[in-house]
Amino acid sequence: MRKTYFIVSFVLFWILISPSSLMAGEGEGGAESENREAHGKEHFNTAGLVAHHTSDSHDYLVELPFFHKTIHLPVILWTKNGLSIFSSARFQGDNEGKVVVNDDKGNRLVRKHEIIYYADKIEGMEHPSLMDYSLRPLDFSITRNVLAIFFVFLLLSITLYYARKAYENPKRLPKGVAAVLEPIILFIRDDIAKENIGKHYEKYMPYLLTVFFFILYSNLIGLIPFAPFGHNLTGNILITFVLAAIALVVILASSNKHYWKHIFTPPVPKLIWIVMVPVEIAGIFIKPFALMVRLFANILAGHTMMISLVALIFIFESAKWGIVSGIFVVFMSFIELLVAFLQAYIFTVLTAVFIGLALEEGHEEEHAAEGSIQATR
Amino acid sequence: MIGAGLAVIGAGIGIGKIGGMATEAMARQPEFAGKIQGAMLITAAMVEGVALFAVIVALIK
Repeated sequence: MRKTYFIVSFVLFWILISPSSLMAGEGEGGAESENREAHGKEHFNTAGLVAHHTSDSHDYLVELPFFHKTIHLPVILWTKNGLSIFSSARFQGDNEGKVVVNDDKGNRLVRKHEIIYYADKIEGMEHPSLMDYSLRPLDFSITRNVLAIFFVFLLLSITLYYARKAYENPKRLPKGVAAVLEPIILFIRDDIAKENIGKHYEKYMPYLLTVFFFILYSNLIGLIPFAPFGHNLTGNILITFVLAAIALVVILASSNKHYWKHIFTPPVPKLIWIVMVPVEIAGIFIKPFALMVRLFANILAGHTMMISLVALIFIFESAKWGIVSGIFVVFMSFIELLVAFLQAYIFTVLTAVFIGLALEEGHEEEHAAEGSIQATR
Repeated sequence: MIGAGLAVIGAGIGIGKIGGMATEAMARQPEFAGKIQGAMLITAAMVEGVALFAVIVALIK
């Protein structure tokens, strides 16, 4: 269990320091919010609503039935003049690049679509490039998603701590949280790890467990609509990017010579190598890439559906749609619940399969048989 | 836009076929129903992943 805590902290740290932790604030509806001006009459901007509810932001709006508050999260930047920390309240809710913040280190900063730029560098630019790091400082802010990761960490720690406590007395059967988690953990150990990784599966159990529970909890809190839940964590491509990147590092770190021999010198007629070796090399990166996109797209699609179903009420501007939308949303929630578990399971299984592939050895019989066939010719 | 719709047709046909063959296999050998169900779910998630690739590309364009 201590190892699990360790790895959870490691994953968190990595995600926290990813300098573009805010990049996905660009929002999928960025291009479509121009629809609003294009149309003559008032059109309910569903795409903008979806983008607003699924992307990251520096401010955390808590909207409960009797409690409305905007929590201005700290902005932490690594600028040309050093480390700069201030509250995002200084932007005064501006997201169009109008308010200039003068911080203590002498930088002048503006915020445009949740990305912070140097004010002088983007004078008059309509769509400044996100990737150009001469225009913007490195953003290590505590944004809404980082807060969500901390919250998931808290939930994981609490549930796993109580699960562990149930095993302290070896005479008692585990009850409570442990009883719920035990079949899941045993399932991961037997059907995912042992089956796919084989002999050395124990080394990878902490990592696989962490990945599974992190993705599962993140998916689940995305489904609950009120604060402190309701954060779109795995529907953010940067979060899934980090998860896939860590998976790639684990796979590469556990690959053995056999694996690389098969990639660069596959056991096929030499003429096919021209085609096969580039494909194999691309495959090393495409497999985690697919993991990333699969998780991201499934979860984002689910959240988009839910928000759109509720937005139907506003598009039709009729309260009766509230009942219809409500029923749709309830049914969609069941499907989304299934998808939440399924995607966590799929990510874990595929990671285990890839690790197993990288650890594979013992094809000597095949090569020996090949050699003997050639010898008898 | 249209690309996303076409991709979803592909996903629909693919997952339908997977489900059909899976139920047929389960009917032939009921004792393996659990394993077949597991394989079906994994394969369906893969096919859906491919379709969602296309949706993401359509969204980005």
